[in-house]
Amino acid sequence: MADKKEIIRLENIRRYFKVGNEEVHALRGVSFSIRDGEFVTIMGTSGSGKSTLLNLLGCLDTPTSGEYYLDGVAVRTMGKNDRARLRNRKIGFVFQNYNLLPKTTALENVELPLLYNSNVSARERERRAIEALEQVGLHDRMYHKSNQMSGGQQQRVAIARALVNNPVLILADEATGNLDTRTSYSILVLFQKLHRMGRTIIFVTHNPDLSQFSSRNIVLRDGKIVSDEVNTNIRSAQEVFDSLPPEED
Amino acid sequence: MNLTNLFKIAFKALSNNKMRCFLTMLGIIIGVASVITMLAIGQGSKESIRAQISEMGSNMIMIMPGADMRGGVRQSAEDMQTLKMADYEAIRSKCDHVVGVSPNVSSSGQYVNGNNNYPSSINGVTSDYLDIRRLTVADGNVFTDRDVKSAAKVCIIGQTIVDELFPGGDSPIGKVIRFDKLPLTVVGVLEAKGYNSMGQDQDDIVLAPYTTVMKRVLAIDYIQGIICSATSEEYTDVAIDEITDVLRSNHKLKASDDDDFRIHSQQELSNMLSSTSDMMTTLLACIAGISLLVGGIGIMNIMYVSVTERTREIGLRMSIGARGIDILSQFLIESVIISITGGIIGIIMGCTAAFVVKGILNWPIAIQGYSVILSFFVCTLTGVFFGWYPAKKASNLDPIEALRYE
Repeated sequence: MADKKEIIRLENIRRYFKVGNEEVHALRGVSFSIRDGEFVTIMGTSGSGKSTLLNLLGCLDTPTSGEYYLDGVAVRTMGKNDRARLRNRKIGFVFQNYNLLPKTTALENVELPLLYNSNVSARERERRAIEALEQVGLHDRMYHKSNQMSGGQQQRVAIARALVNNPVLILADEATGNLDTRTSYSILVLFQKLHRMGRTIIFVTHNPDLSQFSSRNIVLRDGKIVSDEVNTNIRSAQEVFDSLPPEED
Repeated sequence: MNLTNLFKIAFKALSNNKMRCFLTMLGIIIGVASVITMLAIGQGSKESIRAQISEMGSNMIMIMPGADMRGGVRQSAEDMQTLKMADYEAIRSKCDHVVGVSPNVSSSGQYVNGNNNYPSSINGVTSDYLDIRRLTVADGNVFTDRDVKSAAKVCIIGQTIVDELFPGGDSPIGKVIRFDKLPLTVVGVLEAKGYNSMGQDQDDIVLAPYTTVMKRVLAIDYIQGIICSATSEEYTDVAIDEITDVLRSNHKLKASDDDDFRIHSQQELSNMLSSTSDMMTTLLACIAGISLLVGGIGIMNIMYVSVTERTREIGLRMSIGARGIDILSQFLIESVIISITGGIIGIIMGCTAAFVVKGILNWPIAIQGYSVILSFFVCTLTGVFFGWYPAKKASNLDPIEALRYE
């Protein structure tokens, strides 16, 4: 494990916000590193600073102090446009509410990140989008519009969209939060499959149950890490999914 | 981020909202169509006035007596007697840039032919008058110089007079009509000219030798006016200067004296009329321009709402790697597409409307190339100008805030 490449390194990250006259300390010195191929769940109750951490990891925000290296690149001193480019090339986002474009086909939704990358030709874009949709098992629904799909299917499209730019890191924000138990597990199965394929995944959630499915679990409280444990006994989401009672009509 | 992709994104976003897109366009369509139609109508009427004036003889110069004071009382032009036959002779012989000269004396009265009678006027002129006014004889002849010398009782009549006095349709040539008590033999009929732009019937005209009118009708030895034509339109001013010099020396006016005559050229009339129609065109264009402005504000309004409504989408685009400039370009392209498409439809509709006006109302129209090009550019500018603010707003959104926006 230790010989794997370091994807993320956080060094004493602090993030303060000014709310009125008060200064809110969202993150008070967070340090950890994540290596290639890890499936990390970041847990914490609301107010623990996990959203702030997610924004920082996603290069949507910059720390007040401390250094953040993504794939060897220092993010703190980067400008807005450079960070946009970094997100486009290195990060895949999966959101709780999918955030698909309405009235747009699955294929077009998945192609979207590549539209912002002028190095990718139209043909290449389509090929990679189809490939990503195949990976999430939606190759037969490529031309369905986003509003004609179920929540689980929409989240799969969103995951395909996160995969299409071949990112070094997939960042999921409560990716199963809007789904029923059965669909949640099917999405977890997908994440575990991607993990086995060697993807680095960070899954931010408030649901403690999910920690048993990841390879490592970081718990945040009041802007600090309270526990960081490697999970050697990864539970298979597939088994749980299979043991669930079949859907009743 | 290349332009093709930006256009693709913008097109996609627009096609997701076709109805709204069309309604936004409507403002621009109406604005552009009205600009083009209004300018076409305004310019058309201006051109038709121009054409009619040049038909009347654009190089025509009219000289009238003027500024005659008797004991401090200014006299009416009819009563002024400052123009004499000698003036006419002098202009004819001395002015190089004057081609045709004719005295002009007129009187009004009742024409009678058998049971029919009609009130009109009589114009005493020479045969030059026909060239100056661009009149042609359709039937019969012009009276001769001998007729002028002998004050012959002959006349040339216009089509309206023919219709009024000879309703039966028989040829008036050789017939004798009476002007009040004076019998006149009709020697010619003028070609019909119709109404001019000021609504005057140009066919309600009777021409007779000026000597006949002076001696037999009015019994005067002065002339009421002189009408002449310059060699061409651009020499009108030169001709006017020559005439002024000749008349001033003939009338023995000192340098300090005012002219005792007035000179009008057709150019003045033409300028006056076209300035009137210019004003009308400007007014119409202003009204149309305001509707274009309102259309532009419509775009801004819709784009503004659209930015708010699509905040989450903007946040998503930013999170997957769209830079501020990409978002700005997308919204700007959207508004420019709306305005240009609206502009093109508007141009087509404006031209159609102009032709409909021409076909149904029979108004003269002239579609202006410049108005088409101008409104196209104005449209593009409108799109950029009114799209800028919402687009800027969209590009300045914070992706974190935008993603969380409900």
